[in-house]
Amino acid sequence: MSYITKPVARHPRMPVNALGLTARDYEGSMSTLCAGCGHDSVTAALIQAFFELDVEPHRLAKLSGIGCSSKTPTYFVRDAHGFNSVHGRMPSIAAGANAANKDLLYVGISGDGDSLSIGLGQLCHAIRRNVNMLYVMENNGVYGLTKGQFSASADIGSTSKGGVANRQGPINPVDLALSLGATFVARSFSGDKGQLVPILKAGMSHSGFAFIDVISPCVTFNDHKGSTKSYAHTREHMHEVIETDFVPLRAEIKTAYAEGSVKAVTMHDGSVVRLRKVDDKYNASDRGAVLEYLTEVRGRGEIATGLLYLEEGGEDMHGFENTVDTPLVKVPYETLCPGSGALSDLQKEWR
Amino acid sequence: MDQPSASRVNDFALKVATVNGTGSASANGLLLQALFRMGIPVSGKNVFPSNIQGLPTWYEIRVNKDGYTARSPEFQLIVAMNPESYARDIEDVVSGGWVLYDSTKELNHEFRRDDVTFIGVPLARMCVDQFEGARTRILMKNVMYVGALVALLDIDMAVVKGMVEEKFSHKKRLIDANYQAIDLGYNYVRERFDHPLPIRLETMDANGKSVIITGNAAAALGCVYAGATVGAWYPITPSTSLMDGFTEYCHRFRVDPDTGKHNFCIIQAEDELAAAGMVIGAAWMGARSFTPTSGPGISLMSEFIGLAYYAEVPSVFFDVQRTGPSTGMPTRTQQGDLLLCAYASHGDTKHIVLFPADPKECFEFAVKAFDLAERFQTPTFVLLDLDIGMNDWVIPQLEWDDSYVQDRGKVLSAQELDDIERFYRYLDTDGDFVAARTLPGVHPKGAYFTRGSGHDKYGRYTEDSDAYVEVMDRLLKKVESAGDHVPAPEVHRGNAAASHGIISLGGCHWAVLEARDDLASRGIEVDYLRVRGFPFNEVVEDFLEEHDTIFIVEQNRDQQLRKLLINETECPKEKLVSVTYYGGQPLSKGHVLEGLAPFLEKTLMEVGS
Repeated sequence: MSYITKPVARHPRMPVNALGLTARDYEGSMSTLCAGCGHDSVTAALIQAFFELDVEPHRLAKLSGIGCSSKTPTYFVRDAHGFNSVHGRMPSIAAGANAANKDLLYVGISGDGDSLSIGLGQLCHAIRRNVNMLYVMENNGVYGLTKGQFSASADIGSTSKGGVANRQGPINPVDLALSLGATFVARSFSGDKGQLVPILKAGMSHSGFAFIDVISPCVTFNDHKGSTKSYAHTREHMHEVIETDFVPLRAEIKTAYAEGSVKAVTMHDGSVVRLRKVDDKYNASDRGAVLEYLTEVRGRGEIATGLLYLEEGGEDMHGFENTVDTPLVKVPYETLCPGSGALSDLQKEWR
Repeated sequence: MDQPSASRVNDFALKVATVNGTGSASANGLLLQALFRMGIPVSGKNVFPSNIQGLPTWYEIRVNKDGYTARSPEFQLIVAMNPESYARDIEDVVSGGWVLYDSTKELNHEFRRDDVTFIGVPLARMCVDQFEGARTRILMKNVMYVGALVALLDIDMAVVKGMVEEKFSHKKRLIDANYQAIDLGYNYVRERFDHPLPIRLETMDANGKSVIITGNAAAALGCVYAGATVGAWYPITPSTSLMDGFTEYCHRFRVDPDTGKHNFCIIQAEDELAAAGMVIGAAWMGARSFTPTSGPGISLMSEFIGLAYYAEVPSVFFDVQRTGPSTGMPTRTQQGDLLLCAYASHGDTKHIVLFPADPKECFEFAVKAFDLAERFQTPTFVLLDLDIGMNDWVIPQLEWDDSYVQDRGKVLSAQELDDIERFYRYLDTDGDFVAARTLPGVHPKGAYFTRGSGHDKYGRYTEDSDAYVEVMDRLLKKVESAGDHVPAPEVHRGNAAASHGIISLGGCHWAVLEARDDLASRGIEVDYLRVRGFPFNEVVEDFLEEHDTIFIVEQNRDQQLRKLLINETECPKEKLVSVTYYGGQPLSKGHVLEGLAPFLEKTLMEVGS
């Protein structure tokens, strides 16, 4: 039951962040998902990312659609503003909210059903609009709440719990995002928190739409032999093509890398994302090359992970719309209303 | 039967039949504006096809010295410029009327009628003789029939030429061409025909404080004045010009003079669902946000409307109604979305709906809609229709009270949140059925979880019967309590207590007023109430109780207003007699009288005896 309050217990020596908050302060209510669900690991990674980013809880807006994944915003940052909307339509709520108040931080949690079937259109257009938000798609290949139907991300030949093989081709969310011009595209695995947390942090710092496809196995309906979204299959076939290191603003860079293998990208907020190529051929800033590389990896039956593509400095929705720097919700009414004189002048043209 | 051959000064209707996409709209606009500037009460109705170029289109103008501006289907004059529609156009003119046509080609004798006068002007030939270029010739043909009408109807030539000069002040060459075309049409008629016709114009002084405006433009302006900052939309006839208007006025009034940046955000969404989501998202953040759409859009938005109702997110929806169902007749008018809007979405829902009757109310009700939406934290609809939204209306000029203060409803400030121990989103602390809300980012204590799933009064997820019912019951009372805050009904009573009444709404108003006066002139008093908002309140209830028979006049097949009254008031349905017209044209007096006739026959006989 998601309204069961989790006791907030603090160990006196728990680390605190710049706001004096502990990681526990970034938790939410008790998860009602199945024990072992990949989504709970993503939630844990989000908690750690927000804690490490010193996010002020009430300045975070967390949104979702409908489905198992979309339940999770209740499970992190209890003092953030949450919006559990309707199936597949979270991107439009986020776009409207961001249009009204660009000052808040936005994180959207969705699933493969929510994003790739009922909400495919909204996802595509949020990417086109480059809405400034982190969009986490928890991808398990099935509809969990309705008991295990294939989703649009299910691979050909992947079998259901009952042994039926999927025959329709999948929608590949990473390819989709890349082809639509997404400026931040990543894939990760719920079981690899070490990889996921820096990517989440980089996504939060990105100015624009940061899309992360997180393979997040469904332990109840899609974790069997024959499934290509199981823990075992993902672990075995995961191929990290690029390692991500997130360096917050003003932090000392400690990790040493071999020269030439690391590319540092300064984010809009001044923090730095350092990308270390695992494969020499890889170029995370060449969209065409990335798509080609990913196709090749997929051909080998492997799942490419990492911050696969990053383009910082592009225009987001507010850039396209040329809105004022002040969030629209803070523009005083006096600025918005032209007054009686203007109305009377305007009407002189209508006679 | 009217006697059009008798002199009818400032009292007739004419129809211009042209081809879509030939530039006739601007000539017809010129005509309407000229009559307006002559101070004569006038209305224009554009009857256009769902097409970009090539199909027949009509523009109807009615002048009436007594100020009746409802559509009149009795045309004394037809300007027949489209051979393809000659047959029906010529058939449409009343006996004794006139047909102005292009005589470059001889009129097929089949179209001839003995009881009307044909006025042939070789417009195309004169255009070919006098102007160069195909496009210019087509455009000037339109201006030329305006010139002919100047002579036939005694339109003030100085007014017409003054308007041409204003319109093309930056293109002197066009002024000359337009003058030439007007004179050609004018002189041709003067030299060959009796003029002016018995239907003619005389300058009046009825429009001193009036303007010409469409309802969509007025509603858009209302959104600007209400302080709306986020508009999301998906293009759909006949609502598109509402967002065009908002865009235009925002660019005019809302661009920061120093930076050139916008104090507004207009998003063209991928579909109506997304438009509704954006409105709700922006409203959740505290912006006044809206979407203009038409019936098909409301159908698509319905899921989101239920979310906004249940999660209590203020949101404003303009439904510029067109003829349904399905795609229907997108360029024809109807009032077919009443029940849809009143109860949009699955489960138990009920919404505030406002019914403007003209552009002036579109402006005022737009502002009111934002106030009501925020006060009651619920979706609020403004129901226009194609006739109100897209046609040119002469209305008293819009007024703005600079002392207006937005009604933001109960929104807790950072200070107020500081002072309370704990905030619960859906807790009604003062018994008015409205719980205070907070805006994201304002204060750490203000955080809450917005959801369309079952929740208790504390804002927590619930599957508990009692906790669910408690919130649902409050929501019903909340929306019902808005009945006293929507614009009050407009009530017209006769001198004596009448046993018959009419209830109507929206754009039906003008035809009802005219029909009611017509009846009164024959000694039949019928009281009249125009509902201007839903939920209904005591005034409506009392009116229903006071009258034995109430005619419900509306523009849809299924008697939607009647059903809404049966559903939402104590009135026995036997008392409510339906009068409907749903053919897609604006309502006219005749529709109302025809509908009332069978029931008033007895009364008429009594009056006559």
